[in-house]
Amino acid sequence: MQMQAVTTERQSDGAEGDVVLKVENLSLDFRLRTQILHAVRDVSFELQRGKTLCLVGESGSGKSVTARALLHILDKNGAITSGRILLAGKSGDIDIATLTEHSPELLKIRGGRIGLIFQEPMSSLSPVHTIGSQIVEALRLHRRMDKKQARAETIELLRQVEIPNPDKMIDRYTFEFSGGMRQRAMIAMALAADPEILIADEPTTALDVTTQAEILDLIKRLQVSRGMAMLLITHDMGIVAEVADAVAVMRYGRIVEAGSADAIFHDARHPYTQRLLNSTVKLERNQRSDGRADPVLLAHQPVLSVRHLSKLYGASTSWFGGNAHAIKAVDDVSFDLYPGENLGIVGESGSGKTTLGRLILRTVEPTSGQVSYFGRGEPVDVTGLSKRQLKAFHRDVRLVFQDPFASLNPRMTVKEIVGDPLVVSGTMKGAALERRVAELLDLVGLDAMAMERYPHAFSGGQRQRIGIARALALDPKIIIADEATAALDVSIRAQILDLLLEIQQRLDLSFVFISHDISVVRYFCDRVAVMHRGKLVEMGTAEQICTDPQQPYTKSLISAVPNPDPRNKRMMHRTRFTA
Amino acid sequence: MLNYVIKRLIYMIPTLIGMSIIAFTIIQLPPGDYLTSMLASMADSGANIDPGQIQRYREIYGLDAPMYEQYWKWISGILLRGDFGYSFEWNRPVGDLIWERMGSTLGISIASLLFVWAVSLPIGIYSAMRRHSVGDYAFTFLGFIGLAVPNFIMALVLMYFSYKYFGQSVGGLFSPEYAEAPWSWGKFVDLMAHLWIPIVVIGTNGTAALIRILRANLTDELNKPYVITAKAKGLPEYRAVVKYPVRIALNPFVSAIGWVLPELISGVTITAIVLNLPTAGPLLLRALISQDMYLAGSFILLMGVLTLVGMLVSDILLALLDPRIRFN
Repeated sequence: MQMQAVTTERQSDGAEGDVVLKVENLSLDFRLRTQILHAVRDVSFELQRGKTLCLVGESGSGKSVTARALLHILDKNGAITSGRILLAGKSGDIDIATLTEHSPELLKIRGGRIGLIFQEPMSSLSPVHTIGSQIVEALRLHRRMDKKQARAETIELLRQVEIPNPDKMIDRYTFEFSGGMRQRAMIAMALAADPEILIADEPTTALDVTTQAEILDLIKRLQVSRGMAMLLITHDMGIVAEVADAVAVMRYGRIVEAGSADAIFHDARHPYTQRLLNSTVKLERNQRSDGRADPVLLAHQPVLSVRHLSKLYGASTSWFGGNAHAIKAVDDVSFDLYPGENLGIVGESGSGKTTLGRLILRTVEPTSGQVSYFGRGEPVDVTGLSKRQLKAFHRDVRLVFQDPFASLNPRMTVKEIVGDPLVVSGTMKGAALERRVAELLDLVGLDAMAMERYPHAFSGGQRQRIGIARALALDPKIIIADEATAALDVSIRAQILDLLLEIQQRLDLSFVFISHDISVVRYFCDRVAVMHRGKLVEMGTAEQICTDPQQPYTKSLISAVPNPDPRNKRMMHRTRFTA
Repeated sequence: MLNYVIKRLIYMIPTLIGMSIIAFTIIQLPPGDYLTSMLASMADSGANIDPGQIQRYREIYGLDAPMYEQYWKWISGILLRGDFGYSFEWNRPVGDLIWERMGSTLGISIASLLFVWAVSLPIGIYSAMRRHSVGDYAFTFLGFIGLAVPNFIMALVLMYFSYKYFGQSVGGLFSPEYAEAPWSWGKFVDLMAHLWIPIVVIGTNGTAALIRILRANLTDELNKPYVITAKAKGLPEYRAVVKYPVRIALNPFVSAIGWVLPELISGVTITAIVLNLPTAGPLLLRALISQDMYLAGSFILLMGVLTLVGMLVSDILLALLDPRIRFN
């Protein structure tokens, strides 16, 4: 293991500042079944050479649609109703808005002068073509190379985006790449024809923090070396602070405020911008440490105790015996959870944090180790419970899921969903059930009238509230929340976390809060356990982990988290962890 | 990849053994045997039969032996000598009979399969890209007609038209004057003039089904982000669609081989009878009715083999087409 400091200096370029793309009063309409949706209204901005404009907004604000409109890529039912998209050229400006779908000028601009990267690096590359063939195609379209030249150039591009062994990786398929690698390949493709403008639509949302930091670094470096203008679309104010020169905040299809990064962060005028910033900055503090006694000190008896828990995958499938190819998803993890405590488990994807949560519930059988539960006075050895006894344990330890859309059955009413655990356990029915459901909905801040409606009628945040109400139905002692806020917008994320804290005070719950998002954990948890490759590498109070990490891995993880303050950029001076 | 194919071939062996046993059991299931059905037809025509004679025949044909002995006789003949037994009804070796029919059967099957692909691929792509357009509705309508109309009616209608407007002879693969003639250009042209009817009739069903499948699959794929990537790269819409989503939506086409092969042999019997085609279907039907056990058994076994081979071919093609399958 070694550590090195990475710093990226900003260079100023002579040609910087020329306007390369100008959007004037752009409006987009979508014809829906019953009405016309004005997805984008009267949006204006300009992109300057070598500069980054960040378009910020929450889901549904119209930012992605705007980005695609710049390439004139619209769904069938969408149309540009007014406005101009002026791309500066040697022989005057070209108005992209007036070009037709099949015009050769437009095809030259797409990929040739404007490159696009977007969110899902898995699904945005074809799974049945090699990485190389997809990049070669872009080169041959725009740079008139023969096959051999194009291949050599592709290898060079892959080298530029820092993919190791580019001459071998060129013939690999996307599913053989990790998420970060795929995004690098995607960047190589977008840059193939040396575009003047790069549009990055949530380029790092699906990635881990450290990978995110590396990808943002890479994009920044390539932008500087090529003098590209960049339009970065994101919902994460932290990223904005790290990379933006200028910021435009979008809401309901309009730009509500625009200005330099510094002005937006330190002198926001519009109430929506202020609210967005507040909910981001709020997560930078620990809510729990203020005026509250340490639960670890108060309680001598933990409510849940995990000892040497391990899970091996693929140990017995090999014919020739041996665990050589076994993957240790969870490797010898031990910790205690105290009554009323919030324990955060952070780690990157593949670190085993989700598996750990399932092992505790025994929805996945542990290979070895012990889980003891003390919630009912007598200690219960969870690992030795029979199926019937496990049911009783599952009443006390409930789960809140990540995806508020997939975890609610769309064909059940809210009453049925929330009341389901009560019905299944046979504790309540009829009027009593209805009263209890109303009580639970009230507890999570929903109107009891919502009972008869179906999940589709609710927004993401409201759905997550329903999911929480369902978890609370059986008066649990412990709630395991697996990425419970990951699918939500920032402002709603903070609301849900506050709700959980409030419920906790009323009901005396303990939380195991599994998340990849350090700021959420910092806000919500008393103690934090950091997982890396199945091992628990460090454990401490939330404040200590976030401000004074001890282990090298934790340090690299914490330093990769973007800081929502453009005057104090953290990510560009981060420490890198190499194992 | 080679390992995979070898493994698949080895797995086929127990399946084949099981299939041969089931095939033989099936043809033994109906009461009586070939002689009883021969007796019945002879009695119908008023002939006198000597019971001793019958008993002697039984012994000669080995029909009085227990079933496992008969099975062993049959299967060992196939495995050791390539001898599929003797057809009672035709008085000829089963092998000869089957191979005679197999050529034309395979020819028509493959031609139909190609027809199905050639028609359904462009229509499927068009329907998916211009969903809910007039053209889409027209093809959908035609497709549903193709699905709904029974094959033999379609065959009759087409035959009527070909007779009335092209003056062609009805049924068969050749006009009477060419039927026994040696191969020549004229005979080939004559064959083509006859062949289109069975191909269209047999293919319509599969075409309609594949159009629907391709349309549904492609509609899903068209909204995937990689299509936008391809467009953002500067590919014209048509090329972007054909190169990326169509390639992925193609999997059911290849899978179709697996079920089309046996289907074409057994499933189109009625069409083949109506059109008087020299394919395997009518022969199998005849053999089953007259309890010509070795012929029927060998046919059923052969169909099983074809199904397995079809599945294997389609799996290999799928693996070649889709690296995700190849690497997992």
